[in-house]
Amino acid sequence: MRKFLGTAAAAAVMMAGTAAYSADVKEVQMLHWWTSGGEAAALNVLKEDLSKEGFAWKDVPVAGGGGDAAMTALKAMVAAGTYPTASQMLGYTVLDYAQAGVMGDLTETATKEGWDKSVPAALQKFSVYDGKWVAAPVNVHSVNWLWINKAVMDKIGGTEPKTFDELIALLDKAKAAGVIPLALGGQNWQEATMFDSIVLSTGGPEFYKKAFNDLDEESLKSDTMKKSFDNLAKIIKYVDPNFSGRDWNLATAMVIKGDALVQVMGDWAKGEFVAAKKTPDTDFLCYRFPGTNGSVIYNSDMFGMFDVPDDRKAAQVALATATLSKSFQSAFNVVKGSVPARTDVPDTDFDACGKKGIADLKAANEGGTLFGSLAQGYGAPPAVANAYKDVVSKFVHGQITTSDQAVEELVKAIDDAK
Amino acid sequence: MNTVATPEIKLTSERKRGNSIRSRLQDVLPKIVLAPSFAVTVIFVYGFIVWTAYLSFTNSKTFPSYALTGPRAYQRLWRWTFESDPPSSWYTSITNMAIFGFLYVGICLALGLFLAILLDQKIRGEGLLRPIFLYPMALSFIVTGVAWKWFLDPGLGLEQTLHQWGWTSFHFDWIKNKDFVIYTVVIAGVWQASGFVMAMFLAGLRGIDSEIMKAAQIDGATTLQLYRRIVIPMLRPVFLSAFIVLAHMAIKSYDLVVALTSGGPGGSAWLPSNFMYEYTFKRNEMAVGSASAIIMLMTISAIIVPYLYSELREKAR
Repeated sequence: MRKFLGTAAAAAVMMAGTAAYSADVKEVQMLHWWTSGGEAAALNVLKEDLSKEGFAWKDVPVAGGGGDAAMTALKAMVAAGTYPTASQMLGYTVLDYAQAGVMGDLTETATKEGWDKSVPAALQKFSVYDGKWVAAPVNVHSVNWLWINKAVMDKIGGTEPKTFDELIALLDKAKAAGVIPLALGGQNWQEATMFDSIVLSTGGPEFYKKAFNDLDEESLKSDTMKKSFDNLAKIIKYVDPNFSGRDWNLATAMVIKGDALVQVMGDWAKGEFVAAKKTPDTDFLCYRFPGTNGSVIYNSDMFGMFDVPDDRKAAQVALATATLSKSFQSAFNVVKGSVPARTDVPDTDFDACGKKGIADLKAANEGGTLFGSLAQGYGAPPAVANAYKDVVSKFVHGQITTSDQAVEELVKAIDDAK
Repeated sequence: MNTVATPEIKLTSERKRGNSIRSRLQDVLPKIVLAPSFAVTVIFVYGFIVWTAYLSFTNSKTFPSYALTGPRAYQRLWRWTFESDPPSSWYTSITNMAIFGFLYVGICLALGLFLAILLDQKIRGEGLLRPIFLYPMALSFIVTGVAWKWFLDPGLGLEQTLHQWGWTSFHFDWIKNKDFVIYTVVIAGVWQASGFVMAMFLAGLRGIDSEIMKAAQIDGATTLQLYRRIVIPMLRPVFLSAFIVLAHMAIKSYDLVVALTSGGPGGSAWLPSNFMYEYTFKRNEMAVGSASAIIMLMTISAIIVPYLYSELREKAR
């Protein structure tokens, strides 16, 4: 009798529970920080795809637009056990959460949709944990780009720089013509993002991988790394004195307006050019950072999938399927400026820079020259990445004065954070 | 003593037997009403202090982990404090705290007292001036930070404007300068809080018995002597309150640094609160963040507790 009562009570509780959650079953709860105009428009594509299948979309509100606030909110939600269906996540964060055992398992869907073959292996490192698919990659950004204002380029008679020295020569020309040669925002991640490219250019693909993906100590304190810092010191001289604390999009705006010649930035900068109604090759130029042709330093936005109750799984599977569908990958990335996370998406809708990006990604994936960006949290866990950003930023702003000292500090900081 | 008092109490309790439940309720009612907030405070303030202290001895990264691993976080902070060349973020944070705390509290007190004394001279339009000085306090540090950021930015604000007016040799780029950026935080902070301190001092000045002042004047005291020997010493309790308010505002001013400087060039404007937030939530080094929080707490206690103790003991005497 007592047992029966217990079962009945449990059933009642479960029914109550189901009733409380029934509203969520046909709903995709999504935590993200894509709030700017272009990003929101790109997400709308996904919302419509899902609503066709009968799933409602619910943004999990996050106070503050930046990713940091969202990550703090997510941490609190996970700690409280109220998982969203999915959340925008970057690199090692996915693995952190997977390690904490809160991520779901999408392997079934992945096998059915053939993600293993179409998603580059470098991305699978972050979306597959312990043999299980835990995240759906949305796009691939690449970081080693130069964004150049074409009108300024024509005025100073510049051509595409093929080597680092040619880049310096080009910057000199701009300086002589009275234009700010290099637009840089003085936040540590921007400085480190540029340094990623410089290291790849100075040391080559092998060196980049060893130093910034494998964190090999010999490479980190090698002369090549010192030379990279020397090159950073050289290029920093071309920045206007007022750069400290500037946001990346303001730096992009300087290039768009023609106040500055070039910005070294990930391809999200292209989104700004497109939003300002500029077209590649007529208004602006996109070149790979000199000496990095053939290699791609990437980061990628991923939708981390949480271990939701069974009745919410259908919505999650629908979201994951829609996210990696070719139509969404194409439509979203055309707007966002990035390239699709699967290599079999046709590039017909993309502009010149997008087509180049897709081709580069494919080549890099096949040639084994696709590397995670350390500055963007794809080279090493956040503690290490931030230690690295600290050192680069202190070098740029003069707290660290010589490249010898910088290398010493870099080794110490990374060792400390490991 | 008890034996003497008992019959009397018995007598009164017998007389008020009808009221006894009510009177007992009256006795415990404040306790009942206060209990929830007391419990909340115990858990969410002191409980979490203990929890943070515990976490600082673990190896917590993104999420708290509960296996004790020894004082590794403290060892790292120790190294960052005493063996750091170039200065580590932590070293920068604590030296910035010393500079900012000292100047912010000192200037606010001095300026607040000065303004209060001037306003106390029975001037016309005091009712208008008082809110003007007090008003910055109504703004949040975020607003103050953003406004001053624009004002101090060499490309947008003061320097640019003066250049346009023709004074092209004018140069003021502290907010972009790693060695001076912390002083711009002082400027914005003082601008915000000194009016509030002025209001506190003004209230204190108005509370001083005018008879004493008159007596001193009759005895031939000059105005300067009057303030130095009589008025300011009598404002001692106001100094205490203002100091407590300013000190805690200095220690918690995280938002001002973020809004005004976004951390400064190469992180040169960080305060310990910025360090704590960065390490705990952005760098996923919760153990180091917790250790820094505990060190902040201990530092504050080391300053505030003796000060409070001496002040309050004096008052009690």
